[in-house]
Amino acid sequence: MAQKTVLFKHLEQPEIHRLDVYRDAGGYGALRTAVNDLAPAEVTQMVKDSGLRGRGGAGFPTGMKWSFLPKEYDTSYLVCNADESEPGAFKDRELMERNPHQLIEGCLLAAYAIRARHAFIYVRGEYLAIKELLDAAIEQARQAGLVGERIFGKDWGCEVSVYRGAGAYICGEESAMLDSLEGFRGFPRLRPPFPAVRGLYGKPTVVNNVETLANVPHIVANGAEWFKSTGTEKSPGTKICSISGPVNRPGNYELEMGTPFRYLLEDCAGGMAGGKSLKAYIPGGASAPMLPGDCQDVGIDFESYPAAGSTMGSASFILFPEDCCIVFAQLRISEFFSHESCGKCTPCREGSRWLRQMVERIEEGGGREEDLPILLDVTDNMVGKCFCALGDFATSNIVASIRHFRHEYEQHIRERRCPFRPHPAAEPLLQIAGVA
Amino acid sequence: MTRVLSDEAVAAIQAERGRYPDPRSALLPALHIAQNEVGWCSADAIEDVAAVMELPTSDVEEVVSFYTMFYEDRVGSYVMEVCKTVPCAILGADQIIGHIADRLGISPGGTTPDGMFTLLRVECLAACHRAPVMQVNSRYYENLTPERVDQLLDLMRRQAELRRGQAREAPLPPLIGRVEAV
Repeated sequence: MAQKTVLFKHLEQPEIHRLDVYRDAGGYGALRTAVNDLAPAEVTQMVKDSGLRGRGGAGFPTGMKWSFLPKEYDTSYLVCNADESEPGAFKDRELMERNPHQLIEGCLLAAYAIRARHAFIYVRGEYLAIKELLDAAIEQARQAGLVGERIFGKDWGCEVSVYRGAGAYICGEESAMLDSLEGFRGFPRLRPPFPAVRGLYGKPTVVNNVETLANVPHIVANGAEWFKSTGTEKSPGTKICSISGPVNRPGNYELEMGTPFRYLLEDCAGGMAGGKSLKAYIPGGASAPMLPGDCQDVGIDFESYPAAGSTMGSASFILFPEDCCIVFAQLRISEFFSHESCGKCTPCREGSRWLRQMVERIEEGGGREEDLPILLDVTDNMVGKCFCALGDFATSNIVASIRHFRHEYEQHIRERRCPFRPHPAAEPLLQIAGVA
Repeated sequence: MTRVLSDEAVAAIQAERGRYPDPRSALLPALHIAQNEVGWCSADAIEDVAAVMELPTSDVEEVVSFYTMFYEDRVGSYVMEVCKTVPCAILGADQIIGHIADRLGISPGGTTPDGMFTLLRVECLAACHRAPVMQVNSRYYENLTPERVDQLLDLMRRQAELRRGQAREAPLPPLIGRVEAV
């Protein structure tokens, strides 16, 4: 179990973003094979057999998602989720920036499998440069007859459009993304009906993450068995892990699923900067519960992290050093969810705000002893009672930080101040990490 | 009918309307186009967009107020959006925000009296491996230090000066995505 390059071909071929280089490396070969030799249902079956699971965080089997579409329909859509708004996640941007055609081919293959003639790539509003880059790559592909009508001379054709959001975490939730794409506020929709039945413009729709779709050309080119030979039984393939915080080499690393976190931290990221120890870390972005720093032997896959009390999510690792105040970190997490709650349902809108206010009070030295049980009580009244998963996400680190670092909360309350202030300055850390 | 949007912007919005199965989908692109030209989503800009989109003004306002990137208040020519979410926060985002605020003499959320700079604290920009980070007019500036921020401020002032020289009487155009990299 170690580093393995499947999606990060650009590490070996830096020019892979160019259409000619991508094609010389076998690019669009999988699309050619699919369109010429495979029925759409066979592509879906291949992806099903491969065991590919959604890389956006939920880990839902991709082939199964594709097969939920009704038997008969006139129009369907593929939507690629490139909203990438989870704090700590920055993997999809690298996939798009460095190898845009891999994603475009993945979109086309998925669109072919569900017989869609229009694919949308929804990028977060901040990714203006990436939108321009993708637009240019799609135009190149169109010139080469790979996008548009009659791809490879067949009856099937597919348009690919890049849609730019405008700053809303909730739009990464698939049904809210569809509302946003239709030109509305990004509110999650009531399910059922699921997008596979009634999605974009009321038509059957599949929404897949960038990394999920980037895997598809490799599966179609090399077969389901090849894909399953990597990773673990229930989490096959590789995973791109984003690691941030005070480590020597923060960044994205593609690892075989099941690789222990310790390998990511020590061998890939070069360990903690400045010889500090790891107090805690979040394995799957701000929505995943934090774990104590000594939980380093957990395998990076869909099963091991839940067993350890968290979730792999999008494999976005945020690391907290020994001198980091957990209450301060939690405050920033609670501020995030309070800001990003869309406001559609009451438990999330009000609950995320109350959580933020109480954590802020504790961090500022005004906390009361009864605050901790009240915090936990609020989370109890949110989990499973909100319209979408954002409400649950807003609670996960409140619960985890109190579970693992209750003493820090109590110290704040007892001493009526943050014992870590002033919080460590940025400069020494950056200099130690060698990135200044 | 159109009051603040140029003919080019209106044409661009019309083109967007033709790109989607339902023209309403063009609303977010339309607002990006309008804001890029006007600098923010002013009441006039919203009315123009509503007219071209053939939507009630309230539908457009409702979308503007939902998305953080659509500015409901006038902003400066350079909008400095510094990430304050947890990965940046533990690597000194607050020091960077404090430094910019000191240098510009404004608080987060404020705009300098000359209309040149706006400072905003924003949520995660998805560049956590290069924390602390900010976006200025949709471009990323990463691994920020107070020194690097000073260099950038200098550069932006010089660029603005240069542009002012080129078009003497015209107001400084919004420089969305056009700040040169350092």
